[in-house]
Amino acid sequence: MKQTLVQKILARASGKQFVSVGEIIEPKVDLAMSHENGALVMNQFQAIYEGTGLELKVWDPNRIAIIFDHRVPAESKKTATNQKKIRNFVNTQGIKKFHDIRGDEMGICHQILPEYGYVRPGYVVVGTDSHTTSHGALGAFAFGIGATEMAAVWTLGSVLNVPVPPTIKVIAEGKFAPFVQPKDLILYLIGKITAEGANFKVLEFHGSAIKSMDTSGRLTISNMSVEAGATSGIVPPDEETLRYLREVAGVKENIDMLSPDEDAEYDSVVNIDVSSIEPQIACPHTVDNVKPVSAVEGVEIQQIVIGSCTNGRLDDLETAANILKGKKVARNTRMLIFPASTRIYQEAMEKGYLSTLLKAGAVIVNPGCGPCLGIHQGALGDGEVALSTTNRNFKGRMGNPNSEVYLCSPAVAAASAITGKITDPRKGA
Amino acid sequence: MAKIIYKLEDDISTDIIYPGRYMATVLPTETPQYCFDDMADLNKMLNSKEVPAGSIILAGKNFGCGSSREQAASTLKGHNLIIVAKNFARIFLQNSVNLGLQTVSCPDIEANVGDELEILEGKVINKTSGKSFDTLPLQKAQQEIVDAGGLIAYTRKRLLEKA
Ligand code: SF4
Repeated sequence: MKQTLVQKILARASGKQFVSVGEIIEPKVDLAMSHENGALVMNQFQAIYEGTGLELKVWDPNRIAIIFDHRVPAESKKTATNQKKIRNFVNTQGIKKFHDIRGDEMGICHQILPEYGYVRPGYVVVGTDSHTTSHGALGAFAFGIGATEMAAVWTLGSVLNVPVPPTIKVIAEGKFAPFVQPKDLILYLIGKITAEGANFKVLEFHGSAIKSMDTSGRLTISNMSVEAGATSGIVPPDEETLRYLREVAGVKENIDMLSPDEDAEYDSVVNIDVSSIEPQIACPHTVDNVKPVSAVEGVEIQQIVIGSCTNGRLDDLETAANILKGKKVARNTRMLIFPASTRIYQEAMEKGYLSTLLKAGAVIVNPGCGPCLGIHQGALGDGEVALSTTNRNFKGRMGNPNSEVYLCSPAVAAASAITGKITDPRKGA
Repeated sequence: MAKIIYKLEDDISTDIIYPGRYMATVLPTETPQYCFDDMADLNKMLNSKEVPAGSIILAGKNFGCGSSREQAASTLKGHNLIIVAKNFARIFLQNSVNLGLQTVSCPDIEANVGDELEILEGKVINKTSGKSFDTLPLQKAQQEIVDAGGLIAYTRKRLLEKA
């Protein structure tokens, strides 16, 4: 029987040779990730144990990761107290994959997990964060769950009642034109299949454009798969996956390379020729409201954001620094840069990108989620417009329902910073 | 029988249901006050305590898309609402099952604010218009969690079986 990549992973995780689409299984979890919302997971975990007389103990402290990123450093006493509670819990439970607010280890959860080699091909990864889909970039079946579901994972080590999802095969062929990036491909795909086009399904990425893409680009694509409703977005592991895990993440152990069967059965197939794509913009207030940059050029922007788990990596900062070198951010526009991890921050500093960006007028914020989810650092004023490399433009996402957010690639963001208007980077701003 | 108190469009995100700025508030007893906080009229109506338990919010496609934040389910549950939508985003639907928020997937529903709906097994009858619409059942495994009284109780049972 032929299987897609996710079927294979789930078969293995549930001790079977084969699982069929729709079958309900209980896969074992290889890695369970939470961030500040670990505070709610802890509450629910304690509630499960209440009245049982059993000692409060997670199933496997080595398979739990907790990364502080959403509100770092804490923006309020409530957050600080939640963080404190989590710290105590991490200590008493012996959880080692814990990344606190420290310059030598912090970052956005979806950057830290790959960087530290916590995710491997074939893993089942769950996270109390919808963008857990990111880790499909390394060939894992990775998906977001709620806090109570995570509490059940901490208790039992498996996800209860998972229906094996159908898979949509996305075949992206061709070469990107200059200044067109992986972000443009995923925005284009979401625009094409809509925000619910992959709801309850998996996107499995194939084709020469994916093959020749580095892990950073693949993370961008898997990350935003959830914006089409996908349970997960997965890239079959290959040479590049190995390179990343060995050279960047420093993984020494054996790496198990699973691949989908040649003639596995897919729910549907989507073909894309990336060479024909121009830079894409997701317009307010839904991620699938996607237009080519030519259709929205000239919209005035008060805040540019480069960062997030989608596009806050070294190559993204490099793109921005190359475009902004010797230029200035427009007077009526603020530009905020938040590197996705301290490692990226450090490397960008060594390579001189941060200095270039500072000279141009950008503000470098500490690694973390920053303005992406509208809690602190970079809220928008009434009537203001942001252009951002993040992944969501829902009404109120950046903290103000009377503002607008457009989403784009790092190249578009950097070119637009110079003019203060949405600008096509191919026109050499 | 229950009344529709509000009608929403497609793609209502968890950012609208429960804005990110309240994410440090986690207790189900405290989340209801921030329900639809960026929609002043709806928030005010819900917090007025004049909405009877079991009232319905009617929505379009993809209700609950976006973040995995469970507060989006607990805030609605705290107001004892029933959500009837054309369909739901995956994580939100699962969170609702886990916490016991009643959701009804009704792909062809036609109804308006003020209509009375009767929710039966497999269908919804709009008592005001007299029309009936099919609903999609929860998966068997999800129904088991609901029947056990939510995921906490369900997991506790499993934990005790294992111990
Ligand atoms: S950067 Fe934004 S999307 Fe990514 S984990 Fe943080 S809040 Fe979520």
